[in-house]
Amino acid sequence: MTSPRIAVLGAGHVGPVIARVALAAGYPVSIAASGDPENIALITEFLAPGAEPRWAADAVEDADIVVLAIPLHKFATFDPALVADKIVVDIMNYWPPIDGVQEMFEDPRFGSSEIVAHRLARSRIVKTLNHRGYHELEDERRPAGAPDRRALGVASDDLDARDVVAEVVERIGYDTVRLNSLRAGRLLEPGGPVFGASLRRSEFELAVQAEAA
Amino acid sequence: MTTTFPLEFGMDTFGDRTSDDDGRWTTHAQTIRDVVEQGVLADQVGIDFIGIGEHHTDDFPLSAADVVLSAIAARTTRIRLGSAVTVLSSDDPVRVFQRYSTLNAVSGGRAEVILGRGSSVDSFPLFGYDLADYEDLFEEKTNLFAELLKGSPITWEGKTRPALHDQDVVPHTESGPFPTWIGVGGSPQSVVRAAHYGFSLMLAIIGGNPARFAPFSELFQQALERFGRDPLPVGVHAPGHVAATDEQAQEQFWPRYLETITRFSEIRGFAVPTEASFRQEVGPHGALYVGAPETVAQKIAANLTTLKANRFDLKYGMPGLAQSALMTNVELYGTQVVPRVRELLSAGPAPRIS
Repeated sequence: MTSPRIAVLGAGHVGPVIARVALAAGYPVSIAASGDPENIALITEFLAPGAEPRWAADAVEDADIVVLAIPLHKFATFDPALVADKIVVDIMNYWPPIDGVQEMFEDPRFGSSEIVAHRLARSRIVKTLNHRGYHELEDERRPAGAPDRRALGVASDDLDARDVVAEVVERIGYDTVRLNSLRAGRLLEPGGPVFGASLRRSEFELAVQAEAA
Repeated sequence: MTTTFPLEFGMDTFGDRTSDDDGRWTTHAQTIRDVVEQGVLADQVGIDFIGIGEHHTDDFPLSAADVVLSAIAARTTRIRLGSAVTVLSSDDPVRVFQRYSTLNAVSGGRAEVILGRGSSVDSFPLFGYDLADYEDLFEEKTNLFAELLKGSPITWEGKTRPALHDQDVVPHTESGPFPTWIGVGGSPQSVVRAAHYGFSLMLAIIGGNPARFAPFSELFQQALERFGRDPLPVGVHAPGHVAATDEQAQEQFWPRYLETITRFSEIRGFAVPTEASFRQEVGPHGALYVGAPETVAQKIAANLTTLKANRFDLKYGMPGLAQSALMTNVELYGTQVVPRVRELLSAGPAPRIS
């Protein structure tokens, strides 16, 4: 897979930003909202020029990687069959003060991406891009080797899927710190040691290790 | 768009709890009286607009903006008065229309409304709304509000409130709808929604590089064209603090900003600011307008140009800042910042910040 095709599901605050940085990194990108692609044509033209607005099912079918950029409270009605057998990047966070209390995500034994993985049992879930705001995601990109290049965490139970996504994140403009399970990915969640922080790789690794110790 | 619409300069407050000159926090009641004094001074120094953002917390005890705006209206003749924002999703559009139509009457046609969510969500649990319903509530209530602005009688049906059949909603406005904006913090659908209803666009830029909002401004004008509408104003709402010198402004603002954003970080997931991140935000590519009049004026002029906007509303204050510092801020903004921005922009386009 030299240049995976990326489908972004969601054209709200975050989706067009992800589409834009993926396009800039040279990936073919399609974008879909819940309905007719015509409804997001204008948004796409201005906010992610070059991305192809499509019906969700079509976008997913042709994609190697699906980025789930929907509001978390819409996840309960998201159809798991839509993304079966796909690598799915979960960028969502659970913040009750913002999303309201979501019963599904209230189980304290699991991180939000573990709960997503339970529900999307036939997909290969990778958690990343959730812990840095979409405002910063674009501004903080740096080429590989730049002294101020920042790091993002990438976590999955499926290490092949994790590495595929990590390569995308690196081409977008970040070092990656790869975690070996979605359970470990809880370190990337709100309240965790790296959430909202702008860190270089060494700082990121230190923060994660200190917490895991 | 700066050539199409006149430049306008406003100030917004969330009713940030004030302190006295000895650093003691004032009461909620005193904070509200302080806001009235700020509004009266804003009128005297030539500011075009004062906006009050609905909040429901101990550090922002201003839940009834229209009542405070009415008090300012009674003591002023020129300044326009509005919400910044009205959290429409947790309110009844009929009541919002009635309150602001009343304010419009009291003030001789000086009312405006900015609809939105703001970044605070306190009103949802308070009034029994589920945050998960936010988008559906906002869509439907915006639709009703647009109908109400067209004038009575109103016939409307939806899921979020009882239907209206040939309903006369009073008071009627004297000269058509009052100016209505939609405040947008990053949702492109909200930009398209504003264009759909023919509301003006207020970009709320409270963190990061303002230039990244430029595509929103273009999207808005393009969407207006698509819907067969004429161009409409674009505004920018952004936080800041003006004092005599850059050092003084930063010294006054930073500890209060750190305190408030740290508190937000616990409940809303904001990153805790550092001195480095603050310097970034105060600098030319950041979202904060903190400094001496010249510093702030240069930044406003540059960003109005970059964002093709004709209106700038400075969100002034921060919980714990002294009333005396706020009054100085209002005075410097009106007497020095605004005339300087006008001068910079009349001399031709300001250097773009990209």
